[in-house]
Amino acid sequence: MSTTPTHLAPQFDDAEQQQLAATLGMWAFLATEVLFFGGMFAGYGVYRAWYPPTWADASRHLDLLLGTVNTAVLLTSSLTVALAVHAAQTGSRKGVVRNLSLTILFGAAFLGVKAYEYWHKWHEHHVPGATFEWHEASPSGPAELFFSFYFVMTGFHALHMVIGLGILAWLIVQARRDRFDAEYYTPVEMTGLYWHFVDIVWVFLFPLLYLIDRT
Amino acid sequence: MSNRNYLNANYNVWSWFFTTDHKRVAILYLISITVFFLVGGAAAVLFRLELMTPEGDLVLPETYNRLFTLHGIVMIFFFLIPAVPAVFGNFLLPMMIGARDLAFPKLNLASWYLYSLSGLFGVWVILTGGVDTGWTFYTPYSTTYGNTSVLSAAIAAFIAGFSSILTALNFLVTTHTMRAPGMTWFRLPLFVWAHYAMSLVVLLGTPVLAIAIALVGIERAFHVGIFDPKLGGDPLLFQHLFWFYSHPAVYIMVLPAMGVISELITCFARKKIFGYTFIAFSSLAIAVLGFLVWGHHMFVSGQSMYAGFVFSFLSMLVAVPSAVKVFNWTATLYKGSVIWNTPMLYALGFIGLFTMGGLTGLFLATLGVDVHVHDTYFVVAHFHYIMVGGSLMAYLGALHFWWPKMTGRLYPEGWGRISAILIFFGFNLTFFPQFVLGYLGMPRRYHVYPEEWQILNVMSSAGASILGVGYLLPLGYLVWSLRYGRRSGKNPWRASGLEWEAESPPITHNFHKTPIVTGDVYDYDPTEPVELETEKHPEKVTVQ
Repeated sequence: MSTTPTHLAPQFDDAEQQQLAATLGMWAFLATEVLFFGGMFAGYGVYRAWYPPTWADASRHLDLLLGTVNTAVLLTSSLTVALAVHAAQTGSRKGVVRNLSLTILFGAAFLGVKAYEYWHKWHEHHVPGATFEWHEASPSGPAELFFSFYFVMTGFHALHMVIGLGILAWLIVQARRDRFDAEYYTPVEMTGLYWHFVDIVWVFLFPLLYLIDRT
Repeated sequence: MSNRNYLNANYNVWSWFFTTDHKRVAILYLISITVFFLVGGAAAVLFRLELMTPEGDLVLPETYNRLFTLHGIVMIFFFLIPAVPAVFGNFLLPMMIGARDLAFPKLNLASWYLYSLSGLFGVWVILTGGVDTGWTFYTPYSTTYGNTSVLSAAIAAFIAGFSSILTALNFLVTTHTMRAPGMTWFRLPLFVWAHYAMSLVVLLGTPVLAIAIALVGIERAFHVGIFDPKLGGDPLLFQHLFWFYSHPAVYIMVLPAMGVISELITCFARKKIFGYTFIAFSSLAIAVLGFLVWGHHMFVSGQSMYAGFVFSFLSMLVAVPSAVKVFNWTATLYKGSVIWNTPMLYALGFIGLFTMGGLTGLFLATLGVDVHVHDTYFVVAHFHYIMVGGSLMAYLGALHFWWPKMTGRLYPEGWGRISAILIFFGFNLTFFPQFVLGYLGMPRRYHVYPEEWQILNVMSSAGASILGVGYLLPLGYLVWSLRYGRRSGKNPWRASGLEWEAESPPITHNFHKTPIVTGDVYDYDPTEPVELETEKHPEKVTVQ
C-alpha cells in the first residue's frame, strides 16, 4: 500500500473510484440546484403568462447594455475556468493559478455590474416593498411582482457566484501549495462544473428577464 | 483478535464530534432524533389532554395552534424524515454493500451539524413563543398575517432540507460506486434499494421545498411579494411548490421504512423474500409516481377540475406499487417458518397499519369523498397510519433488529414484545376513532368541538397515553441493555446480509477484509431449524 497516493481517501479502493464518486456526487448536486432554480422559473412562467403587458413594461426598465456586458463577462469566465481545468489536466500549476485568478476577476466584475444595477433600481424605486413606485400606465402590482422575481432570481444567482468565488480562491491556495497534478485535479474539475452551472442559470435568466417581449 | 470496535476505538469526546465514521454519525443522529421525538411527543401529550373535553379549558387557542404546529414540524422535519435513513441508512448502507464507509464521510458529518443547527433554530422558535401556521406554512397567513416566529421556523426547515440532501447524495453515490466485488445491483438488500429510491426523491424534491420556504422567508423579511394577492400574486403557487416536495416527503419517510420491513419479514419468516425484483422496482415506481400526485392536497383549493381528475387518477396509481410490496411481504410469510419476536411484531404491525393507511388514502384520492373529509380528522388519522403506523413502527422494528449490531448487546425480548403489543393497540385506539370523527365532520386544528364527539376524543386520548407508555418502555430497557444486556454474537438472528458478517459492534472500517459476494441475498431456508441468540439460556452463552 506504500504506493497509495496521498489524496486517496481511506474509504476508496483506488483513484478511479474516488474520481467517479466525486463526479457523480457533483452532478447529483447540480440536479438539486436545477430543481431549486426550477421552482423560481415555474413561478416566473405562471406570472408572465398572467400579466404579459405589465411584465413587458417592467422588463424594459432593465438595462439591456449592462445585462449584455455581464453575459459576455460571465461566458468568458466559463472559458477561463475550462482553461484552468485543462491546465490542471496537463499538470501546469501556473496555468491553473492564472486561469482561476482570471475567473475570479470576471466573476467579481459581473457582481460589480450587478451591484450597480441593483443600486440603480433602488434609486428608481423599483425595489419591491414600501418604497416601490411605478409610473407606467400598466398596473403597479404585477410590475412589483416582476421586480420581486428579478431580485430573487438574480439574487440567488449572485449568492451562488459569491460561494463560487470563495471556492475558487480556496482552489488557488491549494494549487499554489501544489496539491494538484495531472493525476489528481478532481476539485478543480468539480468547481468547473459548478461554475458552468451558475453560468447556465444566467444564460436562462438573461433572456427571460431582459429580452423577451422587450420591443 | 483485538476488542477494538467503532465505539471504543477512541473515548475522547472530540472523536465523536469530529468523527467521519458513518456508524458514529448514525449514533449521533440516533441521540438527536430521540430528543426531538420526545419534544414532539410532549406537544402531542398537551393537545391530547386539551381534547379530552369539548371546551377549550387547558390551553389558550393560540397555544393550541402553536402546539400542533410544533408537533408537526418537529415530528416531520426532525424525526420522521431523518429517522430511518440518518440512523439505519447511515449505519447499515455501507456495511450492506461491503464498503468501508460512505463515499463522502465529511459531508455525512456535515449533514449532522446542519441538522443540529436547524434543531437550534427550532429550539429558538419554541423559546420565542412558537409558530402557529401549521407545519404547512400556508401563504398568505405565513407571509403577511401571522405574527409568530415564522421566519426562524422557515430557516430551520430550510437548513434541515440541506441536511437531508447531503445524506441522500451520499447514499446515491455510495450505492453506485462503492459496492464490494460481486455485489451486483440485483444482489443488493432491498433495504438498499429502498434507500436508493428515497435518495432520488430527496434530491429532486427537497430543493423545491427549499425555494418555496425561502420565498416565504424573503416575502416576510423584505416584503417582496411573490405570493401576495394584493400585487396579483397567487398564494396557491406556494401550495403547489410546497406539496411538490411535501407529498413525496411522505415517501421519503415510508420508503426506507419499507426497506426495513423487507429485511425483517424475510429474516423472521426464515424464507427468501418473495418477488425480489418486484419489491425493488416498486420502490423506484413509488419514487417516480410520488412526484405526480401533489395536487390531491389541493382538491378544494380551487384548482381546475381537470387537474383534479388527473391528480385523482395518478394518486390511485401510486397505490399499485405500494400494494405490490404488501402482497409480496404477505407471500413471503406464506409457508414461512415465522418467529414471533419483537422486530417481527413491529413488521407485522407495519403491514396491517400501512394497509389501513393506504386504503384510506384511496378514499382521499377520490375527488368526491375528499370534498367531504378534507381537512378533517379523517386525514389526520390517515397520515398517522402511514407515518406512525408505518414509518415509526418500522423505525422501532429496525432499532430492535439492529440493536445487537450497533451496541453488541441483546435487548430483553420479553419487554420488547410487551412494548410492541402496547404500541400496536395504543396506536389503533388513538387513531381509529379519528377516522370516525373525521367522517362525522370534526375539522382538524380546532381546540374546541361539540359535546357529542367527546367519547371518541376521550378514546383517542386514552390510546395516546398507552402509546406514550409503549414508546417510553424501549427508551428504558434499551438504555438498560447497554450495560446489563447479554452480549451479542456476530449474527444473533442467523440473518443473511453482509452487516451480519462483521463484528458486533463492527470495527471502525467495518470488515477485517473486503467481502466478496458470490450469491444472492436472503439465503434462508424455512425447513432448517434455527436458534436465535435471544432464545438461548443466558448461562449457555459464552462471551465471545
